[in-house]
Amino acid sequence: MISLVSTLKISFRALRVNKMRSTLTMLGIIIGVGAVIAMLAVGAGASRRISGQIASMGSNLLLVLPGSTTAGGLRLGAGTRATLTIVDAEAIVKECPAVTEVAPVLNGAAQVVYGDSNWATAIFGTMPEIMTIRDWSLASGRFFNDQDIRNATKVAVLGQTVVDSLFGNMDPVGSIIRIKKVPFTVIGVLDRKGQSAMGQDQDDIIYIPVSTAQKKIFGVTIPGMVRSILVKAGSSEDLTAAERQITELLRQRHRIGEHQENDFTVRNLTQIMQAAEESSRVMALLLGAVASVSLLVGGIGIMNIMLVSVTERTREIGIRMAVGAKTWDIRFQFIIEALTLSLTGGILGILLGIAVSEALSALAQWPTIISSPSILLAFGFSGLVGIFFGFYPAYKASQLNPIEALRYE
Amino acid sequence: MRFLETKELFKIYEVGGQEVHALDGVSVAVDRGEFVAIMGPSGSGKSTFMNIIGCLDEPTRGDYFLDGIEVAGLDRDELAEIRNRKIGFVFQGFNLLPRTSALENVELPMLYNNLSAAERKKRAMDALRMLGLKGREQHAPSQLSGGQQQRVAIARALANEAPLLLADEPTGNLDTKTGVEIMELLKGLNSESGITIVLVTHEQEIAAFSRRIIRFRDGRVQSDETKGSS
Repeated sequence: MISLVSTLKISFRALRVNKMRSTLTMLGIIIGVGAVIAMLAVGAGASRRISGQIASMGSNLLLVLPGSTTAGGLRLGAGTRATLTIVDAEAIVKECPAVTEVAPVLNGAAQVVYGDSNWATAIFGTMPEIMTIRDWSLASGRFFNDQDIRNATKVAVLGQTVVDSLFGNMDPVGSIIRIKKVPFTVIGVLDRKGQSAMGQDQDDIIYIPVSTAQKKIFGVTIPGMVRSILVKAGSSEDLTAAERQITELLRQRHRIGEHQENDFTVRNLTQIMQAAEESSRVMALLLGAVASVSLLVGGIGIMNIMLVSVTERTREIGIRMAVGAKTWDIRFQFIIEALTLSLTGGILGILLGIAVSEALSALAQWPTIISSPSILLAFGFSGLVGIFFGFYPAYKASQLNPIEALRYE
Repeated sequence: MRFLETKELFKIYEVGGQEVHALDGVSVAVDRGEFVAIMGPSGSGKSTFMNIIGCLDEPTRGDYFLDGIEVAGLDRDELAEIRNRKIGFVFQGFNLLPRTSALENVELPMLYNNLSAAERKKRAMDALRMLGLKGREQHAPSQLSGGQQQRVAIARALANEAPLLLADEPTGNLDTKTGVEIMELLKGLNSESGITIVLVTHEQEIAAFSRRIIRFRDGRVQSDETKGSS
């Protein structure tokens, strides 16, 4: 069998003779591989962003919301009715074994004033447990404690966005801000968390004790009313159990008859996020699959050109056979030629894919991650395409009758 | 055993349901070092005969021995191997690889022979020099005259040291003067290096360069004359 070096030389020469044609053929593979790399990078980036968001939300979360109200025949959505109280929250953590922590929340929007600047933000009246549940930490100062809850002290912990809007570069701890004209002492600042999965700025927030929120800021329609209860289950396996236990407990506590609808809803936030993650992964795979179709089309282009090349070079094949080229010498030559096209295209395609991913990150702000497995995959795939689509033309060349091939004009 | 020997070669084609005997029982024997011309009108079977002794085609039946090897019944790759080791071809249309230097054209058979690159180059350079093509090693066929191209083809046949040279109308595309030059060259090679040459031609003047002339007619050997022996 003829040596690889000689075969490579022959292939390169043949490809150089038809520079334009070789380049155009390669273009199919370049675009295909580039598309695969870019699409996988976009998919991986989206996936990573969503996992990051899940982590930033806190893990194994359930959200309990009050039921809907009916006012004059109009049913107003979930959370519009006052049915949940702090006592419900305390009962949940005490009586549901699958639940490890709860934080009742009474929230609303309010204008916040510091000196001569003001800012509209979300005020969350809650309990210290919110920090563990949301897996959040402080940048400075302290969080309010159980004593603050009991005494309904006027203290606030600010998110970074609020700090940026009201204080600029100043350290706000110890300053007095006014929430709905009520003065609060800033005792702490939260770490920056970034955007939520739904695109909300999670740092545009102020935490105050839930008791203070009830008494001084929002007021309540029933004693101890809260807008929602955030629940953390022991593990992701416990989520379903926790959901069931909470439902049973609250139905009992709210005295809901067997055939009556719940006056609350339990939402599994983690499940929702995992579904979002799953769908982004499926989307990435789909994009990759579509991109690989273009790689396939590129491969068909190679086969097409190789078939033309075999026909054009029938006489050359005849000469080679006459002087002693064997079946596999001829096949090898054309397969190597197809491989040279597809692998060169593959390498250029990888560069194109990386460039496109970088451009998407830089211009469209899409997070992209180029992983080495995706590069290897694309490169390997382009090699396979070369062998697969090169084989038939190579086979055809090797089966030519030498006499007829020599006579071919 | 003779160097080249065919026994009762038949080549039968089926054309439109009718059997055509391109070769109809050809028995020929050639000794090492002979210079044989094969003549005959078109359709006489001389080209078919050349293809079979050149191991490019297989007979329908009959035996063919080349340098002690029973050729009939070998597969494609075994035939390729014999072509490579035993036979050098010189064609009417030169059949050089286009856009490929004379040197690389001469190296071509050795490429399929696993010779080292250095050895290939040395032998190819020697062969080209011997044929008066020194200085033209890097010329592509399109940059060479017909006579030069044919000499590259002869160099290709010689460089691999094949004992048999098959020439199919080697002067057919050349003017008379160049044709005579090529024939002188072949004759010289035959007498100096002892290479066996079998040549197909339809020109009496060309055939006259050889000592032995075999005439074909209707797929059979019509006459087989050796000069000076009759």
